[in-house]
Order: sequence, then structure tokens, then C-alpha cells
Amino acid sequence: MSATLPARVIALASPITDMENLDIRLRADASSRQVALRAIAFSVVWLLVGSAFGLIASFKLHMPDWLVSNPMLTFGRIRSAHLNAMAYGWASSAMLGVSVWIIPRLVHTELRVPKAAEAGLYFWNIGMVLGIVGILAGYSDGLEWLEMPRYWADPFFVIGGGLVGLSLLSTIAVREVEHLYVSVWYIMAAFIWFPIIFVVGNWPTYSGVESAAVNWFYAHNALGLWLTPVCLAAAYYFIPKILGRPIYSYQLSLLGFWTLGFFYSLNGMHHLIGGPLPTWMITTSVVASGLMIIPVMAVGVNQHMTLNKRFGALRYSPTLRFIVFGSVAYTLVSLQGVFMAFREVNRLTHFTHVTVAHAHVGLYSFVTMIMFGSIYYILPRLLGREWVSEKLISWHFWAVGIGQTVYLVPLTVAGMFQGVAMADPTSTWETVVRAMLPGLIGRSIGGTLLTIGHCVFAWHVFLMFRGGKQKQGLPPFHEVAPIVTKRDKASFVAGGVK
Amino acid sequence: MTRIWLLLTGVLAIIIFATSLLVVIPNTMIGQVKIPSQLSDYTALQARGREVYVSEGCVYCHSQQVRDPVYTSDKERGWGPRATVPSDYVYDKPHQLGTMRTGPDLINIGVRQPSDQWHHVHLFNPRSLMAWSIMPAFPYLYTVRDSASIKPGEVFYSVPGGKLPAGKVIVPTADGDALVAYLKSLRRTYPVPTGDEPAARSIGGRSEHTMP
Repeated sequence: MSATLPARVIALASPITDMENLDIRLRADASSRQVALRAIAFSVVWLLVGSAFGLIASFKLHMPDWLVSNPMLTFGRIRSAHLNAMAYGWASSAMLGVSVWIIPRLVHTELRVPKAAEAGLYFWNIGMVLGIVGILAGYSDGLEWLEMPRYWADPFFVIGGGLVGLSLLSTIAVREVEHLYVSVWYIMAAFIWFPIIFVVGNWPTYSGVESAAVNWFYAHNALGLWLTPVCLAAAYYFIPKILGRPIYSYQLSLLGFWTLGFFYSLNGMHHLIGGPLPTWMITTSVVASGLMIIPVMAVGVNQHMTLNKRFGALRYSPTLRFIVFGSVAYTLVSLQGVFMAFREVNRLTHFTHVTVAHAHVGLYSFVTMIMFGSIYYILPRLLGREWVSEKLISWHFWAVGIGQTVYLVPLTVAGMFQGVAMADPTSTWETVVRAMLPGLIGRSIGGTLLTIGHCVFAWHVFLMFRGGKQKQGLPPFHEVAPIVTKRDKASFVAGGVK
Repeated sequence: MTRIWLLLTGVLAIIIFATSLLVVIPNTMIGQVKIPSQLSDYTALQARGREVYVSEGCVYCHSQQVRDPVYTSDKERGWGPRATVPSDYVYDKPHQLGTMRTGPDLINIGVRQPSDQWHHVHLFNPRSLMAWSIMPAFPYLYTVRDSASIKPGEVFYSVPGGKLPAGKVIVPTADGDALVAYLKSLRRTYPVPTGDEPAARSIGGRSEHTMP
């Protein structure tokens, strides 16, 4: 693929603030173009595959006699296939692409050893295929978040993640800026943390409650030390970038970063509250979960204050719309998580669908929405053409926005009823099942809407890759841009920028 | 931040600290759990059944743990006479403690449902016994046969609730037999082994389980 970018890309830069360092960004984008484009393409395929698995699993929970004759389609296998396809296939592939694209831009140089990054991406996706086939064929390792077969799928993720990390670290090492921006810290940390936790989590010697402790040490860190840091890095990059104003507070971003690493890494045992583990382990995680208030508020306040008085920009930037949705969800889901870790709340919500809904606020409303936003920004710049249709972007946003509400609200409420019914020893199990059923059906409806949104998005991405007839003129939503506040409007007119 | 080495050191220190605290130290502590005299290792058949349990993902709807009776209703629900302790799980690899109860806890299902017939009929189609059940049917763990074709000595079960045509019965496959053998082996009703009481496991000998 050519190492230069089409000249048209220049026209895509925001007219007010974005002309500075343009050649640096063009060089950076050209160096990461091939890896980032392929990563995004792979991720969108996994998004569709994972949606299909998720939808089947969801319908099976209220249609238990549907698709039962083939063991590959039994609920327990399809559900794990869904989780792994989404967390490691969709989100992680997209994160690999976003990371290799952002880092060269932030350190003002080309991506180093891009071949290693590309090989890493292939390793990762080969591991995905083997892992999903393994789960469906009945070779699950039997540990949540670690189902993909330990010996013939997992090594691909360590090597793949390691190779991409190597490329990123080499790039950071030869940086041409003095200061490392907060997004660089998060991405660098994530790529160091992931291979370590993945190897620890998959270590084959544990049994009994040790196996449970290591399982949840890994599973929570997969969210806290892998998915979260890269998505926060993206939010920290795009919000100031699109608004053309610096991040509100450097000190808050420092505080948020170090406390996230320190407290999140100790959260895992809150998945085993009340379980047969040494009390001090669970207490450690409950305390660390409570302390998560600090990084969450630091990041939340920092990003909110950066956006403050510029919310109008959400109207013209699809990227900002998805990213801000994701950032707000991050704050909310984290605060929800803090409360769910308290024993008094946990005794009711543990073992219920509240947890499943909570996990989806994290993995969907936060992680997935941030990745959608990132792709909306990156693809036009790498392909040198604008998104084809404003309508498709709007349909995507509203389908997944409404879909999430229809998914999450009934499931959370039904999960609470489930928890209350379970806590009452006089209620029969039939009562418990009937309490959760409305939520399970609501999830299927919401999941269908999400899947429709994903199909719209995937179609739009396909149109972008296919190229062909190009819409002329300004980017989607340009007619409301870039006027974000009344004062801006006045200054634009005065300054003659139009 | 301008120094990469500082960032790298901090990032590594965080993960080393967390791994030591939650993986390495507990490993040395829990590693010393004594094997309860009343608990025996799984037989070959039960171990195979456990593999079926794992590969079919039963854990996504069924937990295998009884929490403290002071704190939860697990005991009153009849899921076990006491909270389970680390030594109850010494033979479990991988663990199947679970985080979801779409269905009931199974750590003592062998006590609650000791009947082969109940398990087989239920696994073949849970709605043959409970119309409201949302558990998946597992017909592929069985072969459906004409009752006339059953030879003497062969084990078969008839299915109530109109889930099979008249004259048909089910015969478990090897996997079906193994799974039921495993489920029936799930019994943790003996007294807590000495040294593994919840109070003895917490710091300073004080139990956490004092919540009203």
C-alpha cells in the first residue's frame, strides 16, 4: 500500500485549530495506515460475528427449546463465544488499530517496526479464530473471560499483543516531543499490562479457590488494565482534539492515571464476595473498588471540564457524540461498580442479571461507543474520503443508543427483582425465574436493535473501504459546524472564518 | 510526564504489587489447605462428567458455592447445611464457583437430587418436569429409541410431560451418563474440616460474617 496519503485528507482537517503540525500528522498517519485500516476491518467483522452469537444466546434464555440439537449452539458455548468475540475480537482489534494510529501522532514520528505491529494483528486474529472454534467445539478452559483454549489459542494473544506493544514502545522511544501526553501513558501501560495478566490468568497450575482467585484477578484486570486504559486514551485524545482546546487539568490526568492502575488492579475479588476465599482478599478488593471513586472522578471531571460550554459540538461531530456518550458511561458504570462492590448491595445483586447489565454498560456503553467514535474519526483520514451518509451515522447512533436503553433498563430492574426473590427463602425458584423473564425478553429486543445498528455501521464502513463514487464537498454535519456556542459564532463571523 | 523510565517502572510496580498480593501470596496460603477426609477425588466417570459440565458452560447459570448463612439465604434455600470453604474445592480444576444464578446453586445437587432418573429426564428436557423452566434442553446427550428396541439390562428412561411420542424412550450417551455421575457427586455436607473454618481464615481470628 502506498505510504503517502491522498491530498484530499488536508481538506478534512478542522478549519480553525488544526493546521499546526499538519505535515507531522500526515507522516504519522501514513506510517500507521496499513495496520490501522486492517485492524479496523477485522474488528468490524468480529462485531458482526459477536452480535450474532449474543443475539442467539439472548433469545435462548427465554426460548430454551430453540436450537438445542447441536452442541455447538448450546447456550453455554454460544455465550462464551459472544463474550470472547466481542471483548477480544471486536474491542481489542479496534483498540490495536486506534493505538497504532494515535501513538505516532502524539509522539510526532512515524510508527516504528510497522511490520511487527501488522504481524501482531494477524497473530491476534488467528488466535481469535482458533479460540472461537475451540469454544464452540467444546474445548473451553472453563474460566470466565479465559475460555479460549490455553495451549492452541492463547499464545497467539501474548505474541500478537506483544508484537504490537513492541512497535508502539519503539515508536515512543524515538519520540520527537519532550512531553508524553496522557493518552500515551494509558496505551503504553495497557500494552505492558495485558501480556502479563493474560499469562498469569492462563497459568495452568491452579485449582480450587486459587483457580477462582486467579480467574477473577485476570477477568477484572482485562477490563481495568486493558480495555479501560486504551479507551480512556482515545477519549483523552479525541475530546480536546475535536474541540481544539487543551485538556482541563494536567494534575487530574496524572492522578487519574496512577490511581486507576493501583486500585483497579486490586478489584478482582469483588466477584467472589461471600465466596469461600480468605476474607482479607475479598476485603482488599472491596476497599480497592471503593477507592475507584478517585480515578473515576478525576477522569470524569477532567473530561467534563474540557467539554464544558462546548456541548454544542456534539451536534456536528459524530466522533464526539459517540466518545462523550462513552465517557459519561464510564463515569456512571464505574460509580455503579463501586456501589455493587459494597457487601450490603452485593448480597442482593451478586448472581443476578444486574451484573450482566452492568458488564454491558462497561463493555458496550463505554468501550464500544468509544471505539465507534474513534473509527468515525480515523477512517476518513486514512482513506482520504468522507463518510458517505449522514443518515447512516444517525441511524447507527440512534439504533445503538435506544438499543442500549431497551437492553439495560429492563435487565437491571429484572435482575433486582431476581435478587430480592432469591434473598427471600420462602419464594420458590419458579418465582425467581418469572422475576427475571421480562428482563431477558427486553434484552433480546434491545440486542436486536443493537445488531441492526451494527449492520448499518458495518455497511457504512464497507462503503468507505470500497471507495468508488465520492460525495463532493464538506464532511457530514458540516452545516451545523463549527459553531458550538453563541460566542464562537460571533468570533467566527468577526474573524471571517466561514 | 517526560520520563519513559519512570512511567515503565511505575506501571510494572503496579502489576507486580497486585499479582503478589492477590495471586502469589494467596497461592502459598491456600496451597496449604488440608484435604478433608470425607471428600474423595472424582472417579474417572465423574471427572469426564465434569469436563462435560465445563464444555457445555453450565457455570454461566449455576454457581457452586454456599455463602454465609448470616449474610445470605443460601442455607435456608436448602442449598447446603453450611457455607462452603476452600478445602471443599481441592479437586476442582478449573474451579466452577460461578457468578450467576439463572438456575439454582449446584454444590449439593447430589444430596438434593440423588436420582439418576430425575437428572436424565431433566437434562433431556427440563420442561418435562417443570413447565416454567428456562434451562436449555440437552437432547444430544441422549439417543431416542423405540422402547421395543431396548435389550435386557440396558438402562433407559421414559420422559413425562408429552416431550416424547408414545413408545419412545431415552438412553443416555456416555457423556450424559458421565455428567449425571458428576452432578450426583456434588455433595459438601460433611462438617467443616478443622483449620478451615471461616473464622480461622480471617485476619486476627475474627470473622467478617457478623453482619446482622
